[in-house]
Amino acid sequence: MSEHHGPATGIQRWLYATNHKDIGSMYLWFSFAMFFIGGSFAMVIRAELFQPGLQLVEPAFFNQMTTMHGLIMVFGAVMPAFVGLANWMIPLMIGAPDMALPRMNNLSFWILPFAFAMLISTFFMDGGAPAFGWTFYAPLSTTYAPPSVTFFIFGVHLLGASSIMGSINIIVTVMNLRAPGMTYMKMPLFVWTWVITAFLLIAAMPVLAGAVTMMLMDIHFGTSFFSAAGGGDPVMFQHIFWFFGHPEVYIIILPAFGVVSEIIPTFSRKRLFGYSSMVYATASIAFLSFIVWAHHMYTTGMPLAGELFFMYATMLIAVPTGVKVFNWIATMFGGALTFETPMLFCIAFVFLFTLGGLTGVMLSLAPVDFAYHDSYFVVAHFHYTMVAGAIFSMSAAVYYWLPKWTGKMYNETMGKIHFWIAFIGFNLTFFPQHFVGLAGMPRRIPDYALQFADFNMMSSIGAFTYGFAQLLFLYNVVQTIRKGKACTDEKTWEGAEGLEWTVPSPAPFHTFSTPPTVK
Amino acid sequence: MYLSTNQHKKRRFPPAALALSMLSTGALADPSSRWQTNLSPGVTEVGQEIFDLHMLVVWICVAISVAVFGVLLYVLVKHTKSSGRTPATFHESTVVELLWTIVPALILIAIAIPATSTLIKVYDSSDSDVDILVTGYQWKWKYEYLSKDGGENFSYMSILSTPPEQFQIGGTEEKGVNYLLEVDEPMVIPVNKKIRFLVTSADVLHAWWVPALSVKRDAVPGYINDAWTIPQKEGIYRGQCAELCGKDHGFMPIVVKVVSEKEYEEWVASKLSSSKVDLSEKSLEELMASGEALYNKNCSGCHMVNGEGMNPIFPALKGSSIALGDISAHIEVVVNGKPGTAMTAYGAQLKPDELAAIITYERNAWGNNTGDATQASDIVNFNK
Repeated sequence: MSEHHGPATGIQRWLYATNHKDIGSMYLWFSFAMFFIGGSFAMVIRAELFQPGLQLVEPAFFNQMTTMHGLIMVFGAVMPAFVGLANWMIPLMIGAPDMALPRMNNLSFWILPFAFAMLISTFFMDGGAPAFGWTFYAPLSTTYAPPSVTFFIFGVHLLGASSIMGSINIIVTVMNLRAPGMTYMKMPLFVWTWVITAFLLIAAMPVLAGAVTMMLMDIHFGTSFFSAAGGGDPVMFQHIFWFFGHPEVYIIILPAFGVVSEIIPTFSRKRLFGYSSMVYATASIAFLSFIVWAHHMYTTGMPLAGELFFMYATMLIAVPTGVKVFNWIATMFGGALTFETPMLFCIAFVFLFTLGGLTGVMLSLAPVDFAYHDSYFVVAHFHYTMVAGAIFSMSAAVYYWLPKWTGKMYNETMGKIHFWIAFIGFNLTFFPQHFVGLAGMPRRIPDYALQFADFNMMSSIGAFTYGFAQLLFLYNVVQTIRKGKACTDEKTWEGAEGLEWTVPSPAPFHTFSTPPTVK
Repeated sequence: MYLSTNQHKKRRFPPAALALSMLSTGALADPSSRWQTNLSPGVTEVGQEIFDLHMLVVWICVAISVAVFGVLLYVLVKHTKSSGRTPATFHESTVVELLWTIVPALILIAIAIPATSTLIKVYDSSDSDVDILVTGYQWKWKYEYLSKDGGENFSYMSILSTPPEQFQIGGTEEKGVNYLLEVDEPMVIPVNKKIRFLVTSADVLHAWWVPALSVKRDAVPGYINDAWTIPQKEGIYRGQCAELCGKDHGFMPIVVKVVSEKEYEEWVASKLSSSKVDLSEKSLEELMASGEALYNKNCSGCHMVNGEGMNPIFPALKGSSIALGDISAHIEVVVNGKPGTAMTAYGAQLKPDELAAIITYERNAWGNNTGDATQASDIVNFNK
C-alpha cells in the first residue's frame, strides 16, 4: 500500500474530492445533518399532535411539515446515508483502490447540498413550502399547489440525477474493480444488496423525473396530463408515482438488509446461514417491487381484476422477505453471541422489521386495506420498516465501522444507552399508532377527535424520547472522532470477516493500490 | 367506539384534563372509545366479514411472531459467548430453506382465498335501492340524492359544525363530545337498504370514509367511483376525509344518520319541498344578514372571515377589483369558478338566493361599500 500522495488541504480537499473515503464521509455527514432537519419537523408534528386542538402551528404549515419531513427523510437522510456507506465500504469490501468514476462521484455528491438548499428555501417563499405530502398527488400538487412547487420539481430532478450517477458508479465499480478471485458469489452481501439497489434506482428514478416533468408541463405549459377537464387522469399520476415509489422503498431497505447481513455473523461468530439464498431473495424482492405498485391505490377505484393481481403479487413479497428473516435467525442460532451496540441495533432491526413486515401482509389484503388505507395504521407500518429498518441498520453501521473510519473506539456504554432510549422511544411512538389507525384516525391531519387523545400523547412523548436519543448518537460520534480511545487493530471485532478488516485502522487515504488476492 | 349512537350524552374534555388523563384514570373518559385498539366490525354484513378476515390475519401474525420471536429469544439467551459456547459452523440446508419458503407460501394462499371472496363482494354494487352522488369540495361534502324513477333530485352541502373557537390556536371554548366529527346537516339513509355511493370530486382528491359502514372510496375529479353499504342498525355514524386535500383536510368530517324507512321517506319529502328556490326581492340588510352567515360557512376557509385571504394562493376580497367592479364579472367568478385555480364553481353548490346573498355581502362587507344588492333573480338571469 503505497502512500504516493495524500489528500489536498483545506476546503479544496472537500470541494475537489475524488477519494471514495472523503466523498463517503461527506455523504454521511450531509445525511446526518438532513436527519436532524427532517427530525426537527417530526418534532413539530408530534408537538402539535400532543393534544387535541391547534396549539402551535396552523394547518397549512402543518402540511408543509409532514411533506418536508417525508421528502427530507427519504431523499436527504436515508438515501444519501446508504450512498455514503457504499462509497466508503464497497471499494474496501471488494479490494478496489477507489470508485470507478471518481469525478462523477464528486458531482453526484455536490448536487445534493444545492438541491436541498433549494428545497428548504421554499419555506421562505410566498405561499410557503410544498404542502401536498411527500407523495405529491395531483391535482393538489399542480393546479392547487403553492408557487414554490416549481422549485420542488427542479429539486427532485437534481436528486434524481445525483442518484442515477451514484448508481452507475456503484455498478461500474463492482463489475470492473473486484480483486482477483472475488467472484460475484463471493462478494459480501452488502455489496450484493447495493448492486441490486443501484439497478432499481436506474430503473425507478427516470420514472419519477417523468412524473415531475409532467407536473411542470401541467403547471406552466397548459398541458393536462393529470387533469380530467383536459382529457388527463389524476389517478395516472398515482400509477406513475408508485411505479417509482414502490421500488423506492426497497431502494431504502435493501442496503439495510446488506448491513444487517454483515453485522449479525460478526457478533454471532458464525458465517451467514444461507448466502446464496440471501442473494436470490434480494433479487426476487427487487423484481417483485416493480409489479406491486398499485397496492398503494386500492381505494382509487381500480377494476376487480387489477385489485386481485396487485394483492396476490404483494402477498408474494412476504416469501423472500421471510427467507431473509429466517436466515438472520438461523445465523445467530448456534453461534456465540455478544451484544455490542451494532449487534443490539441489528437484533432490534430483525424484531421490529418483522413486525413491520407482518403489518405489511395485513395491508396487502385489498378488502381489509379499505379499512387501513390512509389511516395511522399505515403510518405505523411504514415507520416500523423505515425507522426500525433503515435508520436502525444505519445506526448499527455507523457504530460497526466507525473504528475502521476513525481508528478510534466509540463509547460503548453511551452507545448502549443510545440504543435502549431509541428502542423504547421508537416503540412508544409508533406502536400506539397502530391502535389509533385501527380505531379510525386518518393520517396527515393537524387535529383529531377526542377519542384519539391518549394514544397520540403517548406517541408524542415517544417521539421526543427518540429525538433525544439521536442527540446522544451525535455526541457519541463527535466525541469518538475528537478524543476516542485509539483502536488501531486491523480487525476491530473478533468475529469480523472480509477485506475491509485487512487494512489498517483508520483506513489510509489510499487502500488496495495493489489488489489483494481472494481465495 | 368510533361510531356513536348516544349523541345526547354531552361530555366535555378540557385540555388540562386531557393532559392529566395519562396520569389519572380519567373520570371523564369513556374507556370503550378512548382506548379502542382494534377495527370495529361496524354495522354491515361485509364489515363483519372484513373484520373476521382482519382478525384471522392478526392471529396468524401473532402465531408467526410467537414462533419466530420465541426462537430468537431462545438464541439470545442461550447461544451467547458468555455462556462459554464455541460457535457452531453449520450453514446452508436445502431442506430447511425449502421448508421456510413453502410453508409461508401455503399460509399466504390460505389467506388469499377468503380475501378474494370478500373483495368480490365489496365490488358488487349492483341492485341498489338508493343512489347518492357524493362530491368532495375543499373542504366539505355535497350529497345529491338521485331519483330512481325520473323524479326530482335534491342536494345539499354538509359542512363541519364544530365552532372554530374550539380548535383554533388560542381558542377558549371547551371541546364538545363530537369535536371535529359533527356537521351542520348529515347524510340520511334508510336502514337495511342497499345504498350506492357515487363518489367524485370538484377540485382535488378526497376520500369518503365511514368506518362503521365499511366504505372508503377516493373522490377523483372527473371520475366517478362507486361503493355501497347495507346498514343493519339505526344510529349516527361518523367518518372523515381520508385523502390529503389541502389546508383543512382534517376539518371535513362525514356524519351519516341511519333511520327507519318511514322516517327516511318523510325526510326526503321535506327535503324536496324545501329545496324550492326563493326568488323574492330582498332588502340590502336582509341579504347582508344571510350573506354573512353563508360567507363564513362557505368562503371564509380560503378568503378568511375578514376578507383578507391568504396571499398568494387565496386572494383578498377586501378592496379587490372583482368585489368593487362590474357585478356580472363578480357573479361569473362565483358561479363558474376560475379554472386553473382553487376557486371552484359555486353555481353547482349553492342555490341562487344563497349566491345572491354571498355576492351582496362580499360587495358591502369590510369597507367594500358599493351599496349593490344582488337578487336571486339576477343569478337566474345570469345563468340564462
